[in-house]
Amino acid sequence: MIVFLLKRLANAALVMVAVALLAFLIFRFLGDPVELMLNEQASQAQRDALRIRLGLDRGVVWQFLTFLGNAVQGDFGISYRNQQDVFQLIGERMPATLELVLVATVLSLVIGMPLGVYTAIRRNAPVAQALQFVSVVGVSLPSFAVGILLILAFSVTLGWLPGFGRGQVVQLGWWSTGFLTPSGRSALVLPSITLSLFQITLVMRLVRAEMLEVLRTDFIRFARARGLRDRTVHFRHALQNCLMPVITITGLQIGNLIAFALVTETVFQWPGMGFLFIQAVTHVDIPVMAAYLLVVSFIFVSLNTVVDLLYAVVDPRLRSDVVRGGAGGG
Amino acid sequence: MGRTFRHLLMAVAATALIAGAADAKTLKWGANREIVSLDPYSYGDTFTLAVLNHTYEGLVRYNDKLAIEPALATSWEVIAPTTWRFKLRQGVTFHDGAPFTADDVLASLARVSHESSPLKGNLPAYKSSKKVDDLTIDIDVTEPYPLLLNDLTNIYIFSKPWLVKNNATLPTDAGKGVEGYATNNANGTGPFKIESRKPDAATIFVVNPSWWDKPRHNLTRIEFLPIASAATRVAALLSGEIDFTNVAPLQDLPRLAASPDVKVLQTNELRTIFFAFNMGDALYESDVKGKNPFKDKQVREALYRAIDIDALQKRAMRGLSRNTGAMVAPAIPGYMPEQEPRLPHDPEASKKLLGAAGYPNGFSFNLNCMNDGYVNEEEICQAVAAMWSRVGLKPNAAIAPRSTQTPKRTKGEFDIVTLGWANEPMIDAYSILIQVIRSKSGTGGVFNWGGWGSAKLDALIDKSGTELDTPKRIKMMAEALQIVHDDILFLPLHQQPMAWAARKSVDTIVQLSDNKPRLWYTTVK
Repeated sequence: MIVFLLKRLANAALVMVAVALLAFLIFRFLGDPVELMLNEQASQAQRDALRIRLGLDRGVVWQFLTFLGNAVQGDFGISYRNQQDVFQLIGERMPATLELVLVATVLSLVIGMPLGVYTAIRRNAPVAQALQFVSVVGVSLPSFAVGILLILAFSVTLGWLPGFGRGQVVQLGWWSTGFLTPSGRSALVLPSITLSLFQITLVMRLVRAEMLEVLRTDFIRFARARGLRDRTVHFRHALQNCLMPVITITGLQIGNLIAFALVTETVFQWPGMGFLFIQAVTHVDIPVMAAYLLVVSFIFVSLNTVVDLLYAVVDPRLRSDVVRGGAGGG
Repeated sequence: MGRTFRHLLMAVAATALIAGAADAKTLKWGANREIVSLDPYSYGDTFTLAVLNHTYEGLVRYNDKLAIEPALATSWEVIAPTTWRFKLRQGVTFHDGAPFTADDVLASLARVSHESSPLKGNLPAYKSSKKVDDLTIDIDVTEPYPLLLNDLTNIYIFSKPWLVKNNATLPTDAGKGVEGYATNNANGTGPFKIESRKPDAATIFVVNPSWWDKPRHNLTRIEFLPIASAATRVAALLSGEIDFTNVAPLQDLPRLAASPDVKVLQTNELRTIFFAFNMGDALYESDVKGKNPFKDKQVREALYRAIDIDALQKRAMRGLSRNTGAMVAPAIPGYMPEQEPRLPHDPEASKKLLGAAGYPNGFSFNLNCMNDGYVNEEEICQAVAAMWSRVGLKPNAAIAPRSTQTPKRTKGEFDIVTLGWANEPMIDAYSILIQVIRSKSGTGGVFNWGGWGSAKLDALIDKSGTELDTPKRIKMMAEALQIVHDDILFLPLHQQPMAWAARKSVDTIVQLSDNKPRLWYTTVK
């Protein structure tokens, strides 16, 4: 088990270094931060001096190794644009993104699962057919379009909900939360729906497919034969047997939601990590971009690792030492 | 009834009166982007400086006619060719209550001219400064320099005790990883104090009741709310979540104007858009080898006359641009109305000129454009490329994002390139002359990518750069621009449009062609 864990950690570190290297190779095509840091009036000598001070005159490999060397010591540099410590910048923005992703994930489960069960049980009912059709639309509409449509409907036309920002936030230590104020909660509604729409349809379709499978099995027939109520059969026996893949997919998708929240964040001016990254790209703010990519790849890798570890716990076949031990014993 | 009690009553009444007079007038300002920092010396960004001008002030400032007027300095004189003496305003206090003195100016000048300060370039001729008395300072410049006042409009004054107390006497430095207190905190002398700031969410300004100047605004609070997405910003204005935006997307102007609650303020900016030529010995990408057709004035004139500017204005700019034959906008000192008329659109003359120059069948060349640079730049390039094709030329429009094009542009890897120049922050034609038109040298010609210009122009530009007599100086600059105009060194097109929009509750708002909101001139209902 420990060997497995160490291997996974080594893999994780390797993935992160690879991401950082790729990022640095891409950065050179983004343009020149110096052109943006100085205004039109700056002279050539001043431009060159700044370029040298930032180390941009050196090769990409040198820049990468310097970054890596500092990063290992926990120093990610300061943002060219904000002149602030990069990790502090990302840390300030992280609660906004994580709260949004949390609400979106909860929404996707709370809405997606009942819909999935319903469409599986009444799969020929017109409402279920309609839901199936709508879910195709949900999967195929890009989230910026959904966001703008929601803003036009609920913010401009009806005036019910704010169309941008995070509302009033409350500071709990370093964590800023929007859950504790009315304006913070209402600001969460539209962006979290936008972000979760794809996820809702995904969960719904997954639950539906699994349910159809399970409902065909013998133990459901026996349950019915014993005269159990439909509700008990569907939700107690059938749904519980569908949950394992749903949990797996949801867990893995959290990484995706964090990474793709940047579109939703841009549409709603949500002050999260993704929005910070988009702005860093437009300003060629290399330290912020590099650190963000590291953070996101770290989240991805750790989620995958946790899921793999859970599998190993749940499924004894994956624990190779146990398997070998079993074979020896037999 | 004791005297103390009476005083107390009066104080209560007075407070109630003040509170009544100043019933909260809030302006919610939805900008298209966040300011980079609260430290005006951290990043050479015009927009950040414009926003911070509500809190920090310079020795001089632009008024509502875009003319320079006294601010923290009340008067000045040139006491020697390279020494300026400034009298400072008496009775000014910083937001923390500290009085404003000569020491504050010296500390600020030292900070902005420090070698790691990105704003050093905004004060190019600065050499040193010294205190004469508490309210008088002398600034020494490296050579006779006429544009010191223009430069000083953008050099905001910090409080020295505040800088010292917070260990911020030096600027921040991204190269060495030096952060600073002033990045997240502010203490100026301006009309508004910063109450709080959450980057990318909101920066709250509240009125400074002890501002030295008589306020023309009636605001008590400004909420600065950046909204990067244009569609979201427009929606927020329509729904009343914001009262004002300084960037209204051009494609949404009809829709905004049609709303009963919103008004659109549209004008033209200072930025003039033009085409510039590769003037090297050979073209970059052409079927003409070994020589450069653009060195022939007849060819440049042919390209000029082939442009149908009215069609371009209608098709590419939604009728909102201001066509021009001059290189600088009318508000820029150095502008001459005589340079305004364009050579008329005449495709037949173009063909004749090309024939006379030895290219009756035209030639091919590369046209470098960005699709995220100037306003509707891609449409401009496509339309003009089509017009040039009509007279027999074979332009090859290479249109790509700024990040891809910038290295090629700065290296001169183009035959024709789009260029726009606003002459900011100095608001003087010297900016385009020294940075674009002058030949490359240690101090000038940073944007002379194609090797254009001449020794005669260089001499004229350098001479105007040290002439202290304003009318003489402007005459020299106009003369230089006349040479550019007569030689058809560039192909000027237009000043690009800019648009603001506000709710009807915003009564007055001053919109100048430098595109900087100055909300200390704004009143709301």
